[in-house]
Formats: sequence, C-alpha cells, structure tokens
Amino acid sequence: MISNNFIEKIFRQEKKSVSRAITLVESGDEKATNLLKELHKRTGNAYRIGITGPPGAGKSTLTNQLTKYYRKQNKTVGIIAIDPTSPFTGGALLGDRVRMSEIGTDPGVFIRSMATRGNLGGLSKKTIDAADVLDAAGYEYIIFETVGVGQSELDIANAADSTIVVLVPESGDSIQAMKAGLMEIADFFVLNKSDRPGSENAVTALRTILMLRDHTEKDWLPNIIKAVASENTGISDIADEIVRHKSFLENNELLLSKREEHFRIRIKEIVETLIRNHLWRDKRVSILEEKLSIVVNRAESPYEVAEHLFSDFQDQIVKQ
Amino acid sequence: MDQKIRVLVAKAGLDGHDRGAKVVAAALRDAGMEVIYTGLRQTPEMIVEAAIQEDVHAIGISILSGAHMTIFPKILQLMREKEVEDILLFGGGIIPESDLVKLKEMGIGMLFTPGTSTQDIIKYLTEWVEKHPKN
Ligand code: B12
Ligand SMILES: Nc1nc2c(ncn2[C@@H]2O[C@H](COP(=O)(O)OP(=O)(O)OP(=O)(O)O)[C@@H](O)[C@H]2O)c(=O)[nH]1
Ligand SMILES: [Mg+2]
Repeated sequence: MISNNFIEKIFRQEKKSVSRAITLVESGDEKATNLLKELHKRTGNAYRIGITGPPGAGKSTLTNQLTKYYRKQNKTVGIIAIDPTSPFTGGALLGDRVRMSEIGTDPGVFIRSMATRGNLGGLSKKTIDAADVLDAAGYEYIIFETVGVGQSELDIANAADSTIVVLVPESGDSIQAMKAGLMEIADFFVLNKSDRPGSENAVTALRTILMLRDHTEKDWLPNIIKAVASENTGISDIADEIVRHKSFLENNELLLSKREEHFRIRIKEIVETLIRNHLWRDKRVSILEEKLSIVVNRAESPYEVAEHLFSDFQDQIVKQ
Repeated sequence: MDQKIRVLVAKAGLDGHDRGAKVVAAALRDAGMEVIYTGLRQTPEMIVEAAIQEDVHAIGISILSGAHMTIFPKILQLMREKEVEDILLFGGGIIPESDLVKLKEMGIGMLFTPGTSTQDIIKYLTEWVEKHPKN
C-alpha cells in the first residue's frame, strides 16, 4: 500500500519523495497504479507545455531559458526531458541536463530525465504519469522536452496543452519536405538560432506553407517566433505566445475538450495494456509456441491460430 | 520491480578533461544502464541535487584536475545532510595512490584510475546495485 505520509510529502513538494514517486510510476507496477489513483484528484492545475523539434535545435537551451523566465514570475516549473533508449542494449544516455545547469539547484524547479524505454512516439509510456506526479506536487508549469523529433514522434500533442515545434534556419530546405504530422501538432513554431544566416528565408518558407492550410475565422493559426535561446533572446515572446494560446483555448472552451481528448486516448491505452497483459499469460503463450511449427508447415493459417487464441481469451473472461 | 540501473556521471569544478567521463558514460549506456550526464563545471550542490531529482543508484565523478580531496568529501557531506547516503558515490581520474586510500576510508566507493577497462567499472556497478536494491 501507499503510505499517507509518502503522499503528503509529494503534496509538500519534497523532492526526494517526488523523485521516488516518478521512479515508481515508471516501473508501472500495481503500487504505481495505486499511487496514480490517489494523486489524480490533485492534478489538472499545471499548464503543460511540449517542446519538440529536430536533434540539436535548442530544445534544452530553450527549456532552461523559459524556466528562468517563469521563475522570475515566481512560478514553479517541473521539467521532463526525454531521450531515446537504445533498442539494442536497453541503455540510454540522458544529456539534456547539460543545458539546464543554471536551474538545477533552484528550489522551485524539478528536472527529471526519462528514457523512452522502447516507446516510439517521442515520449516514454510513463511520461504522462510522471507529469501527473509533478502536477500533484504543485508545479505550476510542466515542460516536456521530447526526443529529437523525426516524422512519427508526435505523442507530445496528446500530452501537452500547448505544443511548440522548434526549428532552426538549416531546417529551411527540409521544411518543404516536412511531413504533415510535425506541422500539424505545432501550436506555434520557434525559429531558434536566428543569429545564423538563413533565418529570414526559413521563416518565409514556413509561413508560405502555413498559409496554404485550410482554415476558418475561428481557427487558431500557428505563429512563428524568432529566438536565440543561447542568448536569451525571444524568450518573452515565446512566453507571451503561450499565454495567447492558453487564453484562446480557455475562451473557446477548448482547453477542457482538449484534455478530454487526451484522457480518451490515455484511457484506451491503459485498457489495451490491461488486455494485453491478461492475454499473454502462460496457457496462451504455450499454445502460441506449439502452433508455430504447425503454421510453418501450412497446416493452419495464422488467422486460425489467432482466432483460437482469442476465443480462449473470451472463454476465460466469461468464466470469470 | 524493474531495477533499471540509473547513474549520474558528472564533471566537478573547473576540470575540462571530459574524455574519460564520456567514455565511461557511453560504456555504462552500452551495458544497458540509464546514464544521466550533467556535463562540465558542476558544483557539489548541483551534483547532489541532480542525483536526488534523477533518483539514481550511483553518482560517478570524474576528476583529472587534482581537486579530488576537496570535491569528494564535499559531495559526501552534502549527501549526508540531504540523507541520501543510500546512493553510491564513486568515480575515477588522476588520483594518487595515497589519496585513494584516504578517500576510501571516508566511505567513498571504488575509484578507477587511467587504463581501467570499462568492463571492470560495469561489473563493479552492477554488483553494487544488486547488493543494494532500492526499496
Ligand atoms: C587529453 C588531455 C588533455 C586534453 C583534454 C581534452 C578533453 N576534452 O578531455 C587537453 C589538451 C584539453 C588538456 C588540457 C589540460 N590538461 Co590535460 N591531459 C590529457 C591527458 C593526456 C589524457 C586524458 C584523457 O583524456 N585520457 C583518456 C581517458 C579515457 O582516460 P581517463 O580520463 O583517465 O579515464 C579513465 C579513468 O581515469 C577512469 N575514469 C575517469 N573518469 C571516470 C568517471 C567515472 C564515473 C568512473 C567510474 C571512472 C572514470 O576510467 C576511464 C577509463 O579507463 C592527461 C594525461 C593522462 N595520462 O591522463 C593529461 C592531464 C590530465 N592534463 C593535465 C593538465 C595539467 C592539463 C592542463 C591544466 C594543462 C594546462 N596547463 O593548461 C589543461 C587543463 C584543461 C582544463 N580546462 O581542465 C595533467 C593533470 C595533472 C594533475 N591532475 O595533477 C595530466 C595528468 C597530464 C600530466 N601528466 O601532467 N588535457
Ligand atoms: N547559435 C545558436 N546556438 C544555439 C542556440 N540555442 C542553442 N544553441 C546551441 O545548440 C546546441 C544544441 O542545443 P540543445 O539545447 O542541447 O539542443 P536540443 O534540441 O535540446 O538537443 P537534443 O536534446 O540533443 O535533441 C548547443 O550547443 C547550444 O548551445 C541559438 O539560439 N543560437
Ligand atoms: Mg536536449
């Protein structure tokens, strides 16, 4: 069982307990589920910001500066920085803290590095659970830094209230070729490293593409903000744009519906995980193993085996 | 519970020799661990605070500057103040034999000097975590 003392310490934002709670939810065991049930009613107060973009675009540098900006306003910030797990060794090198040294000892900041642990969407499976811990602990802003995004790492849009896509002048050429996904998840773009040549061209290229999008009067149209994160330039513009997007969501009653949508996806995922865990238990695992040679010898088709396994699963549920 | 080994690798003080730290960090990652790399110029306060927030099993410090006799004891002292002595403090770099003995007596874990095979470091850390699982 989860002790009340432990939960109280999380609510009091005691870092050791917050940290241990994140480790627990990352493990995903039964105790973690119990904890998350306890915490849920205390969540929902934090505003969640997602920062994504290609490797090296300046996501960590920007997270550091934005956090400093919020700290000046006396707001507390929880950061979850995600880096990929190697599919071959299961290990990970989590290096985002390198750019966040300045805020590492601030009592109002909590930084946690997470490895994707096999998840492909740019977050780990437990990222949102970890954010819930930070939310329950009272951090007012939660910033997710995703793994350098490719084309399919779009989970962030289902975790954040506002999603920022960070690009650099060098992205200019590839903007044309950018798959729809990354363009569509952006609530706004940051053109970082604007100190480098080509930044105006990149902004123009991006704006041209955005203009071609179908939209109505009511729609939110993503802006492009220029920044030099390493020199702390453009950060207040970014913070203002976050405020503007947040107000837009709130004024149009979209914040709650967006969060409902996020919960719809998440609950489905939890149910599917539960089913999967119950599905692949000893008996069906051994049936599957036995059938493999039969399928290879073409005596039964994969579909017959699958239906057999599924009906076995159904029978078991009915019996319960 | 999934005991994925998490370890913080840090460079303390003004020491700019980061090759060893990077080699060790990469080796630990390749051994399946989650390595949080802090980069250069970390103070003992930053290191201990990061270790708490990252909930690591171990803190690995790399020092080639000669400052080991001030930095290791300072980190250890902070770990005691914050009551996180369940974390292993260990490391490596250029450390003379006589200092190795003194640091060990203070309660610091294994310190690896140049030429160490990363396999030995992996073995040491893996065994230490097996013997000291987090509850
Ligand atoms: C390469 C090097 C440099 C490079 C560093 C490049 C870089 N980014 O790392 C450069 C040229 C920049 C440099 C500069 C200086 N250097 Co220099 N440098 C070296 C040299 C030749 C090799 C270090 C190295 O990279 N080794 C390879 C790596 C893989 O080995 P390693 O770091 O020892 O790591 C192994 C173990 O120590 C251990 N380990 C190390 N860290 C960790 C961490 C953990 C967690 C664990 C478990 C294990 C572990 O495991 C590793 C694998 O076996 C050494 C001499 C030597 N023989 O060590 C001098 C040396 C370290 N440098 C020295 C000096 C004096 C300097 C300067 C002050 C010179 C000057 N006057 O400017 C500057 C200081 C720069 C600074 N800002 O700190 C002295 C230090 C003397 C001392 N400590 O008493 C040395 C020992 C040379 C000497 N014999 O005098 N240096
Ligand atoms: N010239 C310039 N360099 C910058 C700027 N912002 C960040 N950088 C540098 O770009 C490099 C990468 O920055 P990070 O913040 O680590 O980028 P990231 O997107 O977090 O990188 P990953 O997490 O590895 O994908 C660092 O060397 C930064 O100092 C900027 O505005 N201009
Ligand atoms: Mg980063």
